[in-house]
Amino acid sequence: MNCPEIKVVEVLRHIKSGDWLTLVSGSICVVLVTLTLWSGELADKAVIRSGGKVYREVSLGRDQKIDVPGPLGVSVIAIENRRARIASDPSPRQYCVRQGWLQQAGEIALCLPNQVSVELVGSHKRYDSLNY
Amino acid sequence: MQDTGSRVQESDAGVQGMQETVNKNPESRIPNPESRILLHTTAEDHHIARMAAVALGLTLLEGAIPSPLPGVKPGLANIVTLIVLARYGWRTAAWVSLLRVFAGSLLFGNFLTPGFFLGLSGALLSLLVLALAQHLPTRWFGPVSHSVYAAFAHIAGQMAVVYLWLIPHAGIAYLIPIFATAALVFGTVNGLIAARFMDNANNGICSRGGAEKIK
Repeated sequence: MNCPEIKVVEVLRHIKSGDWLTLVSGSICVVLVTLTLWSGELADKAVIRSGGKVYREVSLGRDQKIDVPGPLGVSVIAIENRRARIASDPSPRQYCVRQGWLQQAGEIALCLPNQVSVELVGSHKRYDSLNY
Repeated sequence: MQDTGSRVQESDAGVQGMQETVNKNPESRIPNPESRILLHTTAEDHHIARMAAVALGLTLLEGAIPSPLPGVKPGLANIVTLIVLARYGWRTAAWVSLLRVFAGSLLFGNFLTPGFFLGLSGALLSLLVLALAQHLPTRWFGPVSHSVYAAFAHIAGQMAVVYLWLIPHAGIAYLIPIFATAALVFGTVNGLIAARFMDNANNGICSRGGAEKIK
């Protein structure tokens, strides 16, 4: 057949103004999603401290429960679905338990009475006002 | 779904019926004429079956293209869905798309496997989004928009099934950017192919054979 050569301009003519809007907003969404999911914001491992010393460093990849002894008793830290939380703790006010799931790097739950803490860290440690 | 199943039978019977009209003496082939089941099919049924066959051919072609990551596919069969949507409306497009999913899974031997449900969920969500997207003003929005929206809906449907059923783990979130980028790129390309094809078919400049095939 006598098909004309496919030219870029010819092809782009099929994209109407609303289509450009779709493409631009779609690209922005993809970039934003990529930045959110790939920025290393998601934590890789949890650092568990007891009495000021690092008790264990565990990967978030495996679901597990860890018993951490402290002065008041045993705190239980649960790792599930790339998140971590303090499942139970002997502290009187239960602040760290009620804090719930930690997911982003840099989030931390402290059980001061029992001197237990769990902190999530990503692939690279970011600076903040405490760690400069 | 059951509806679609009956349609598959119907179109098969349609093909059979066509063959029998060609055959001068059907009784010679079938020992007991009362036992045969003949479903009366309309021209539209045959048309849908033909379109689904074109879509199946494209799926087959696509299977030969190596993919860097399982699940990242161009989705060439969606070009047919887009053209059918633009020309014959959403109902016909839904028939063609779902027939392609069911008949394709039977053809490639993955009926009722996880891969089949992935394709089905993607197709269903795409059709849902296309039902909304077709009401966009045609002056500004063409097949490219439809294609991109459908492609995003397709990966959304697949990721939902993967997360809710196959791999209920937040780790699959790492794959979303890859799939989203693929959806944007292939959605745009498919939309452009569909738009260009319809343009050519309307003008009748070239691809006359293709136009006949699609009609």
